[in-house]
Amino acid sequence: MVFSIKAIILENQKILPDFYRMVLAVPSIAREAEPGQFVMLKTSNTLDPLLKRPISIHRINKAEGTIALVYQVIGRGTNLLSQITQGELEVMGPLGNGFYWKKDYKKVAIVGGGCGIAPLPALAEELVKDGKEVYVLLGAQTREKLLCVADFQQLGCKVQVTTDDGSYGTKGFVTEILQEFILNTKIDQVYCCGPLPMTKGVIKLTKENLIPCQVSLEERMACGIGACLGCACKVRNEDGTITYKKVCHDGPVFTSSEVIIDD
Amino acid sequence: MTNLAVEVAGIKLKNPVLTASGCYGFGQEYNRLYDISRLGGIMTKGTTLEPRLGNPTPRLAETPAGILNSIGLQNPGIDRVIEEEIPWLRQFDVAIIANISGYSFDEFEEMATRLDGVPGVDALEINISCPNVKGGGMAFGTDPNTAALVVKRVRAKTKLPLIVKLSPNVTDITEIARAVESEGADAVSLINTILGMAIDIKNRRPVLANVLGGLSGPAVKPVAVRMVYQVSKAVKVPIIGMGGITSFEDAIEFMLAGASAVAIGAGNFVNPFTPLEVITGLEEWLDKEGIKDIRELVGALKA
Ligand SMILES: Cc1cc2nc3c(=O)[nH]c(=O)nc-3n(C[C@H](O)[C@H](O)[C@H](O)COP(=O)(O)OP(=O)(O)OC[C@H]3O[C@@H](n4cnc5c(N)ncnc54)[C@H](O)[C@@H]3O)c2cc1C
Ligand SMILES: Cc1cc2nc3c(=O)[nH]c(=O)nc-3n(C[C@H](O)[C@H](O)[C@H](O)COP(=O)(O)O)c2cc1C
Ligand code: FES
Repeated sequence: MVFSIKAIILENQKILPDFYRMVLAVPSIAREAEPGQFVMLKTSNTLDPLLKRPISIHRINKAEGTIALVYQVIGRGTNLLSQITQGELEVMGPLGNGFYWKKDYKKVAIVGGGCGIAPLPALAEELVKDGKEVYVLLGAQTREKLLCVADFQQLGCKVQVTTDDGSYGTKGFVTEILQEFILNTKIDQVYCCGPLPMTKGVIKLTKENLIPCQVSLEERMACGIGACLGCACKVRNEDGTITYKKVCHDGPVFTSSEVIIDD
Repeated sequence: MTNLAVEVAGIKLKNPVLTASGCYGFGQEYNRLYDISRLGGIMTKGTTLEPRLGNPTPRLAETPAGILNSIGLQNPGIDRVIEEEIPWLRQFDVAIIANISGYSFDEFEEMATRLDGVPGVDALEINISCPNVKGGGMAFGTDPNTAALVVKRVRAKTKLPLIVKLSPNVTDITEIARAVESEGADAVSLINTILGMAIDIKNRRPVLANVLGGLSGPAVKPVAVRMVYQVSKAVKVPIIGMGGITSFEDAIEFMLAGASAVAIGAGNFVNPFTPLEVITGLEEWLDKEGIKDIRELVGALKA
């Protein structure tokens, strides 16, 4: 089920210099939502900005009928969003295909970078509930842009952090600690969401080490539900042919072996 | 009771609100949000003879109150549309207008031949105006002789009503409208997107991978209303008006300018319920104004 309805804003707070956390009371969407899915938000009541903004679902609370979002202020839409403090907001969702997992996975690794970390706590929560040992490797430019460390720690995940400038955790890139980590630990599945260079690095490493990997991708969107074909992602099919899939409908989570990321 | 039903190109529509080609797929996606049989009709995604991959991404750029797209006619090809999409769509009580795009006269002809007699298809919309494909597309719609020849060739292959989709990327749209009318077009639809461009000043690159794209949404509405007005003065066939409609007031504007029906494209992205809100908005407004029949609005501009 997809809904396009008004949600009540319960919270919209600055959590880091460029980042906000928003909590929406929207029981229908919360009931259906799964980790890795996203919503489209209307950022203004006028016709400019025209399009809704895609934002991943960060936490899901089915009992209370709420979802939480974490977003970075980038341009006009997210800036307008950050200024709304109360009232209602038009939301469409839950959209897309989320992450999947199997009963027999024992150890899994979650790799996140930048604002790509935002959707991963909802995933970690379900994986922990399902009895998996969850390792979390996070990367950010700097401490002031590092998201969700506390969320993962509270869930009981083992968290490692890298920052480009060394202001938190290890100095360097998250792919470097992933490389070391997968040499020493047998991992059943890697989940990845972050900037493209990081995603490419993770795909390469998991491929070399024969670890199945799921990646969450971003693309510019208009409709958000699969009708406009704006959000195309190149994929290699089983018969070797190359076609496009829709990030909003077939993704945003894809199996790493199918996606083709051009330079 | 107010009458919302209209007839365009010999097809009976229970209300004058359609969804525009390329903005509504084949209806499946929006049917997850509401019953699509409430629409007057659906103009399906532009289909080509062979399957097409479309253009590289980014394919979308938002502009002030508008959207640039360079999808490039990604579609599964006419045969799959006939075998899979149309049969699904015809379970609904909604007019099906199949939009086709060719790269040659032969391709247009071949698609018309294959669609003739397909159950459920009420009319063809001949897209001679797609700005997003190289070597074809818009080229058919910017020269009156070429446009007329496409219609003539297609006319000979099918009994289905023909709606010709006009390009706004011309100096005089009435010239093209007259040319296609003279070769047997049963209606014209306008406007397709206006060729446009957006540049990212930080990296000095075009925002769209295809460099150029087609502009639609509220930003183009005044241009679209103007063209509907001009075309309605130039031809006798009915007009399906589109370009930036997001409210029932917009729809009334198009009808006063001369459109017998309207289509909603980008408006679906702003709010997926836009077509339904336009239908109920029209109904309530007509009621309030004491107008018994929506057809009274068509071309009722005082000028
Ligand atoms: C499936 C998905 C999930 C996302 N989840 C999150 C999240 O949880 N947290 C978060 O901070 N960001 C997320 N993003 C990115 C977010 O959508 C953009 O940062 C946002 O749209 C920027 O809007 P703006 O008006 O502030 O920026 P502008 O640059 O002014 O936007 C202009 C246009 O480009 C689009 N756009 C710009 N950047 C992106 C982008 N990276 N991806 C897609 N479209 C873009 C906008 O939607 C808008 O249409 C997600 C993107 C996608 C596709
Ligand atoms: C994403 C997108 C895809 C489109 N694809 C097609 C198409 O395949 N065939 C066609 O005839 N018009 C296509 N159009 C044009 C629309 O049908 C319509 O003519 C135009 O967008 C103006 O209406 P609007 O402002 O309501 O969107 C497309 C428009 C958009 C925005
Ligand atoms: S955003 Fe329209 S198909 Fe994905």
